[in-house]
Amino acid sequence: MIQLENVSKEYTPGNPAVTGIDLHIEKGEFVFIIGNSGAGKTTLFKLLLKELDPTSGTIRVAGRDLSQLKRRDIPAYRRNIGVVFQDFRLLKDRNVYENIAFAQRVVETPYRRIRREVPQILSTVGLAEKYLSKPGELSGGEQQRVAIARALVNKPDILMADEPTGNLDPQNAWEIMKLLEQANEDGTTIVVVTHNREIVDAMKKRVITLENGVVVSDVEEGGYIYED
Amino acid sequence: MWKKVDIFMKINSLGYSIKQGLQNIVRNKFFSLASIATMIVCVLLFGTFYAIIVNFDHMVKNAEEGVAITVFFEKDLSDEQITMIGDQIRSKEEVADVVYVSAEEAWETYKNQYFAEDPSLADGFKEDNPLADSANYQVYMKDVEKQQQLVDELRATEGVRKVNSNQVAADTLSDFNRLLSYVTVGLIILLLAVAVFLIGNTINVGITVRREEIGIMKLIGATDMFVKAPFVFEGVIIGLAGAIIPLILLYVLYSQVVRFVMEKFQLLTGIISFLPAGEVFRVLVPVSICIGVGIGLIGGLFTTHKHLKV
Repeated sequence: MIQLENVSKEYTPGNPAVTGIDLHIEKGEFVFIIGNSGAGKTTLFKLLLKELDPTSGTIRVAGRDLSQLKRRDIPAYRRNIGVVFQDFRLLKDRNVYENIAFAQRVVETPYRRIRREVPQILSTVGLAEKYLSKPGELSGGEQQRVAIARALVNKPDILMADEPTGNLDPQNAWEIMKLLEQANEDGTTIVVVTHNREIVDAMKKRVITLENGVVVSDVEEGGYIYED
Repeated sequence: MWKKVDIFMKINSLGYSIKQGLQNIVRNKFFSLASIATMIVCVLLFGTFYAIIVNFDHMVKNAEEGVAITVFFEKDLSDEQITMIGDQIRSKEEVADVVYVSAEEAWETYKNQYFAEDPSLADGFKEDNPLADSANYQVYMKDVEKQQQLVDELRATEGVRKVNSNQVAADTLSDFNRLLSYVTVGLIILLLAVAVFLIGNTINVGITVRREEIGIMKLIGATDMFVKAPFVFEGVIIGLAGAIIPLILLYVLYSQVVRFVMEKFQLLTGIISFLPAGEVFRVLVPVSICIGVGIGLIGGLFTTHKHLKV
């Protein structure tokens, strides 16, 4: 599903953010990417979203070389990737329903389907009754659930989450991880960038560890190897 | 896994974009109103100058019809030769009309002009037309600008003794008309540039306010067109409002001014004749709306291209 071959990215010459990354993530996998600040996690995240282009190396997603993607093909590519951020990035002036419907409108889903699918995904994330609430009226955990609903509503093949539990208490963090696990069981490939030791250790998923822009370990059913 | 992205937006996306464009206008009330006001001034000035120019042009055309070239013939020219000269003049493109005035008619006109108060004074010339050699052609032109050229050509024509023309009147009319057109065009270009800049600025404020939303849209997989469309519509709506409002104002104003002038200055009715509002607005309405929509579109496309690297 996702294949990186000798991928490097330098923002300025001589200052690599990631160097020689080789990775292979299969369809339906659940992968944690961990590492200290500055390890290159966010760069990797942006490379996979094609927000950045690698300085060298090849990134293939579903068999297609991202460097060959033309500008006009990028939206089609991104429609297959759901994205979740630490700071939720919800539209504060719109309610829960509109935030999710927004993701469908952007990809030009017919109104009839939007009306059918938004309530479905809201009940999946347990927010069916809060569809009229504005993000400001929700707890952090609830906001992140809305963000996950938004990421999943278009049924992406891959869901990428950047520190999805970073702003949440342990209980809410676990609920979010359960949602991601559920999506994974439904067939979505999940890539989670995180600092959350407790979750990484407990979930026993594949763990890829970055250090100074290099992959230093890649372990099936791994754990968090850093001391905070 | 590659989902298809339609290049052409679907109808409901179009509705969504228009709605978002309207919301942008409402959200940035101050800037939107400033842009609409500029557009109004622009179209108002354009419309005013246009109305003045077409009316002036109309009056000049009327006046031009009164500016004639008089062509006198050599003595002893036969009627056939005179007719030939007449045909030759008629065949020229810039000539609107050619009227033959016989020596008798010339004398009649002269008499009416100068001896109107005491016709008996002219009786002394009864049998001896003092203007016996004054048979002539009155040549009326379509375009007074070409008068000098025509006069030169006529002077070189065989059988023509003399050509009289009022070059000063012709030159003044065409020079003034040209000057007015230049000033107007210059002023309108300047104002349109200001309007493009202001509309662009308004849209840019909208883009800045919605930067986060645009970022999310891009990550979710919105096409360039989907992201840009609301802002382009915003420009078009501003342009359209900025064109329709002054058109209504101009229509009312034009009718009132024409009525006022015709009522208050009845003496001038022979000299000044205004075009009917319908004739002026038949051109002004589509042109102004095109300008409004065009300026909005240019402002919208230019700004989204510059500030939305999607």
